[in-house]
Amino acid sequence: MTRAPFDSIVAQHGARVWRVCRALLDEPDADDAWSDTFLAALEAYPGLAHDTSIEGWLVTIAHRKAIDVLRRRSGLTIGDVPDRPAPDSTVPGRARDLDLARALAQLPQRQRETVVLHHLGGLPFTEVAAVVGSSADAARRASSDGVRRLRELLGERDA
Amino acid sequence: MPERFDEPTRSLAEPGLDALPGSLPAPPLDALHARLIERAAANDLLDVAYRRLDTGLGTLLLAATPAGLVSVTFDGDDPDATLERLAATLSPRVLEAPARLDDAARALERLIGGSARSFDGALDLTLAHGFGRQVVERLREIPYGETRSYAQVAQAVGSPKAVRAVGTACRKNPLPIAVPCHRVVRSDGGIGQYAGGVEAKRLLLTIESAA
Repeated sequence: MTRAPFDSIVAQHGARVWRVCRALLDEPDADDAWSDTFLAALEAYPGLAHDTSIEGWLVTIAHRKAIDVLRRRSGLTIGDVPDRPAPDSTVPGRARDLDLARALAQLPQRQRETVVLHHLGGLPFTEVAAVVGSSADAARRASSDGVRRLRELLGERDA
Repeated sequence: MPERFDEPTRSLAEPGLDALPGSLPAPPLDALHARLIERAAANDLLDVAYRRLDTGLGTLLLAATPAGLVSVTFDGDDPDATLERLAATLSPRVLEAPARLDDAARALERLIGGSARSFDGALDLTLAHGFGRQVVERLREIPYGETRSYAQVAQAVGSPKAVRAVGTACRKNPLPIAVPCHRVVRSDGGIGQYAGGVEAKRLLLTIESAA
């Protein structure tokens, strides 16, 4: 069995990996984390075990790279809402897009990470737990609390 | 290229964007891909770069390693099988990186257009092995505008009986156009076969005889 051309991996998973990065980081930082993720994946790819889930592997790398970027931004407290223009309510779709990123940034870090890894990254809670270092139940609760908080933050607009 | 970035499929049940209110902006995938190419090249991780090239002979697929142009095929419109083969034989680190093949593309265009007599650039002959490699080396010695028969090439590699094997080696030449396998024809005057089709071969020979 041989590996598919790496380009097809980027084509298949590039969008999901970016959403994971963007949900954890501001946009320029998300772009950096995306590129860090695929560069690290490109390096390791030829030696990757053949039974590895490519998607889960990439999401796990993306999470680690995003946390690395957050740590490099030592001036920023995790969970802070970075400065950005207020959503333009005259463009409903775009405003809603920005609002989700904004709302995610207001979650406590553990909730934010579990929501992103499970709902945007597609990892089952057993894997989310391994990535964030908690039990699966704790990860599930944190994610569930996070989604409830997101609905509170955004609910009226989307109801 | 954007059409190649498919929406991710939900291979894992249950989680999904649908559970979340709102959504995120669309990813700037073309810009991200371009930056990945740059960083991959800077980190010596771009083992195989490829691009398509529209020519009078059809849409070509060009691939290069850091050592030079390594593969030219006539399936640029449907390159998946060739890309899979390159991933299996060279390295799975295969990325579409058109700019890295601009010089090779121009050199091939000049050959096809009749404004150059030999390929101007580095060639990586890794994909030609054994007897095929010997034949490819002889092909490079056939002067522009001239032809040789399969039998003559067999003689030149020291295996006069291997006429059929020379034909196979020409068809498997990993670098057609750049390595002029089109200059090998049948002893009886027939044009013989060509990976890009007989019409492409005839066109190349016509261009050379007119130049």
